[in-house]
Amino acid sequence: MELIFALAVGVMAGSGIYLILRPRTFQVIIGLSLLAYAVNLFIFATGRLRLDAPPVINPTLGGNPALYTDPLPQALVLTAIVIGFATTALFLVVLLAARGLSGTDHVDGQEAEG
Amino acid sequence: MALLLIIFLPFVGSLGAAFLPANARNAEAWLAGIVALAVTVLVALQYPQLAVDGVLRLSIPWSPTLGLDFQLRMDGFAWLFAMLVALIGLLVVIYARYYMSPADPVPRFFSFFLAFMGTMLGVVLSGNLLQLAMFWELTSLASFMLIAYWHHRSDARAGARMALIVTGTGGLALLSGVLLIGHIVGSYDLDAVLAAHEAIKAHPWYPAIVALVALGALTKSAQFPFHFWLPHAMAAPTPVSAYLHSATMVKAGVFLLARLWPVLAGGDLWFWLIGGAGLLTLLIGGYLALFQSDLKGVLAYSTISHLGLITLLLGMNSELALVAAVFHMVNHATFKASLFMAAGIVDHETGTRDINRLSGLFRAMPITATLALVAAAAMAGVPLLNGFLSKEMFFAETVFVDRPDWQRLLLPVAATLAGMLSVAYSLRFVHRVFFGPPAAGLPHQPHDPVRWMLLPSALLVAACLLVGIFPGATVGPYLRTATDALLGPAAPEYSLAVWHGLNLPLYMSVTALFGGFMLYLPCIGRRSERIPLLGGIDGKKAFYELLVMVMNRSGWLLGYLTSARLQTQILVILLVAVGGSALPFVDGLLQFGNAPMTAPDPAFALLWMVGALCAVAAAWQAKLHRLAALILAGGAGLATSLTFVWFSAPDLALTQLAVEVVTAILILLGLRWLPPRHERFRDGLPEAPRAHLRRLRDALLALAGGGGLAALTYAILSRPAVDGIAPFFVAEALPQGGGLNVVNVILVDFRGFDTFGEITVLAIVALSVYALLRRFRPAPESLARPAQQQRDPGLAALLPASGQETGSKPQETPSARPPEAKGLSAPADLGADLPTGYLMLPAVLVRLLLPMALLISLFFLLRGHNAPGGGFVGGLVFATAIILQYIVGGTQWVESRLRIHPLTLIACGLLAAAGAGLFGVLGGGAFLTAEAWHGSLPLLGDIHLSTVLLFDIGVYLLVIGATVLMLVAIAHQSLRGLHRDPGGNARWN
Repeated sequence: MELIFALAVGVMAGSGIYLILRPRTFQVIIGLSLLAYAVNLFIFATGRLRLDAPPVINPTLGGNPALYTDPLPQALVLTAIVIGFATTALFLVVLLAARGLSGTDHVDGQEAEG
Repeated sequence: MALLLIIFLPFVGSLGAAFLPANARNAEAWLAGIVALAVTVLVALQYPQLAVDGVLRLSIPWSPTLGLDFQLRMDGFAWLFAMLVALIGLLVVIYARYYMSPADPVPRFFSFFLAFMGTMLGVVLSGNLLQLAMFWELTSLASFMLIAYWHHRSDARAGARMALIVTGTGGLALLSGVLLIGHIVGSYDLDAVLAAHEAIKAHPWYPAIVALVALGALTKSAQFPFHFWLPHAMAAPTPVSAYLHSATMVKAGVFLLARLWPVLAGGDLWFWLIGGAGLLTLLIGGYLALFQSDLKGVLAYSTISHLGLITLLLGMNSELALVAAVFHMVNHATFKASLFMAAGIVDHETGTRDINRLSGLFRAMPITATLALVAAAAMAGVPLLNGFLSKEMFFAETVFVDRPDWQRLLLPVAATLAGMLSVAYSLRFVHRVFFGPPAAGLPHQPHDPVRWMLLPSALLVAACLLVGIFPGATVGPYLRTATDALLGPAAPEYSLAVWHGLNLPLYMSVTALFGGFMLYLPCIGRRSERIPLLGGIDGKKAFYELLVMVMNRSGWLLGYLTSARLQTQILVILLVAVGGSALPFVDGLLQFGNAPMTAPDPAFALLWMVGALCAVAAAWQAKLHRLAALILAGGAGLATSLTFVWFSAPDLALTQLAVEVVTAILILLGLRWLPPRHERFRDGLPEAPRAHLRRLRDALLALAGGGGLAALTYAILSRPAVDGIAPFFVAEALPQGGGLNVVNVILVDFRGFDTFGEITVLAIVALSVYALLRRFRPAPESLARPAQQQRDPGLAALLPASGQETGSKPQETPSARPPEAKGLSAPADLGADLPTGYLMLPAVLVRLLLPMALLISLFFLLRGHNAPGGGFVGGLVFATAIILQYIVGGTQWVESRLRIHPLTLIACGLLAAAGAGLFGVLGGGAFLTAEAWHGSLPLLGDIHLSTVLLFDIGVYLLVIGATVLMLVAIAHQSLRGLHRDPGGNARWN
């Protein structure tokens, strides 16, 4: 499982990296989304992978930390997901505005020469 | 305590002055005067104790872990200087009250004036070198503000900028020097530094320290070759010139040289660097002063020259010379401030400062003329005035200097020459302005000003006379305490007396007086602006040339180091990031562990086969097939979400899923405004080979980055978990947080402040999106109706033709107020119960969905503390339901029925979250401390209420508001031109 997980992170990060290096704003926004997935999964991985141990305390078993997975990366990633959404929205609007003002969807606001 | 008051009273006064009304000239002056008087009295009151204790200290812990304290230290020297700053400050305030015009914005003047007084006192009284450097820079800032006081004048702005650049650069050099000293001594405490003078002098860094400190001091005190800024600083109002640019701020440089004299002086380096700069400045300043046509220009160059004299004395490596330097600092401040006031009065009363237009003013303003005459005589070094005494001491030092032969000859000659120059320009100043035939054609008819304007100048002139006649009885004891404080037991014996007998210095003085007369004779009738011999030295030109060169070179360097192109920048960032992360791999430091793994599950492998395929395909298709790429990226997001749920993170899975939906809608709404892909690509025309190469390069980098991250992930996963702070959260979630869902407890309780910041960011982003879209100008080719809408007859009738939209103003407010039906092309459609057309059936379902979505979102919200859910998920779910109404029903149709106020929701959300935080404060804890209430209500039974729930409700409301605001703002762009009445005004605001 760990290997599959690691490969999944790698594939998404790679796709994201390739896309954010592209010249079109839409490619970059999709690339950032993919990169965000990869990074979120990576942060999540620092808490290790555990099956059937959600950090929701079972009142009968009590708060023994060994029974539950690490909640801290989850809290961090939850925050990151929401902030990621906000930045995506902001970026989208900026790229729309830039496209309206410059007449192109190139990331530099003008077509590359040559 | 008194020391603290001395420093802070001016700053408090400065704040107070800033808030007084602009026309309160008298109130301002009273405030500033009272502050200055209070500071003067406070400083004066310290003397008796100072005379007993030697040094007064005050230390307040500032950053104790760094060993930094806020230290004030007053010894005799600091006292003398503080007294000078406070007393002359007081006199200048009185003077300024009458000098400033009622039309000037006086609050700004007095505010910066008092701030300067505070910073200057800070320099003088600092017991810590770092703190001194800080106040030092603050004086530069205050000076900048005051020079540029009349900021509508370009010369004032240029002069202020030049002064700031020169003194600010010097301040940085000083800071570096101070850091070196601190490194050698191990402390920035002035006492420790003074005690460690031997260690500093023996250290290999000693030359660097001397050079850096000298750079700071010489720039501040306008010494050659940095002297050029001071004449340009004369664009400031005259009270500022009198106070900052003659009496106090420019003395900060020589103050520091004297302060560190015991530590740094001695040796050839000091002699040549400090003494050399002083001698050159003394002569050049005096010479240039002789040819200035602006009254203040004469005084500025004479100030430069006198500061050069002080610097030269400090550079002579003799204790007696140091005494003379301190004495001359005080004397120069007295007569020069008085002369500046006189120049200001002449300017004020006649309307000009041009020495060639002024003449014979003695008749019209006898009191001013007399005062200026005496002060100028003190400047020239006429006996029975204070200037004479320190100049005699200076002459004596040049005669008895302990140097090789030729220097023993050169120094007295140069000193006498400087004395002659000083006499000549003083004579010229007085003779041109106050004698000769009465001037004709002046802007105003001159007469003596009101007495209060003369009083400060008169008091200073009286001081010149008193010190000049009775030096031992007036300034003697204070000078003694000052020099004792500087030199300690090494302080030399000296006597302040008017008559020392017939000796060489006296002959030099007499020579200077007569020589000055002779020197002035050829200049009597001279009207030319041209400066003979040294006219070619133009510091201003050199300064600007240097500035331009620095800027050009920086531009050239930046051209090599950076690129304006985003792709290049991102490439560099990624290369550095990937390269840096690769280092552990190279060193063999990265090893995979052997922690127990979870058993592979084919379903999970399948999930990620699809997920990875989606990701790669999205990367492949994002250029030409945007919709496909969006869907594919969504697929990867779904796989991510499922992974979260697989590995025990239900909260993340829920949030990811909800965000996925909202993001997809968001980008879908944006797709319409993106340009169609270029025909060339569709036709499969060949591309430039460089594009292929670039893609190959990026693919390789992506491979490296992705592979590296995968290896890193696997390395982490294959090692056993580290016991961080996670057990604390798990163990304490229930006892302290009162919730079972640990993630939620962390978010809304333990780390509530982070979450508060996060939702604030979300609100700001939503408002930015909203604001950006108000100015949105779509590209012309995006304005046409999409083909689907044009095909549908119902929509085509409802929506305006595309031609109407061009040139329409951006729509003002995407708020949810319903549009008035009249004026629309098809009002009947909006009145219908359901949207017409092919979306009728989904519309029914979606309307049924709304209350259910509300219920579910509330369910998530309320159970969030104990089970997966929470404000974020709840809010997103409800926002999605609202957006679905828009998608299916159409913006207008929905908004004619549904009233949602996203801005209000955002505000309520923030208020609820902040209110929850305030409950904690009211309960006596920190902000956001959870307060709970248990009890029972009739019918409902046991109730547990916590401020945490209120906080989560805040999150919930804010997420709904922000999400809906953003989505609706984008959605509204499709309605451009629709909501206009015939007058073209937006009706929705």
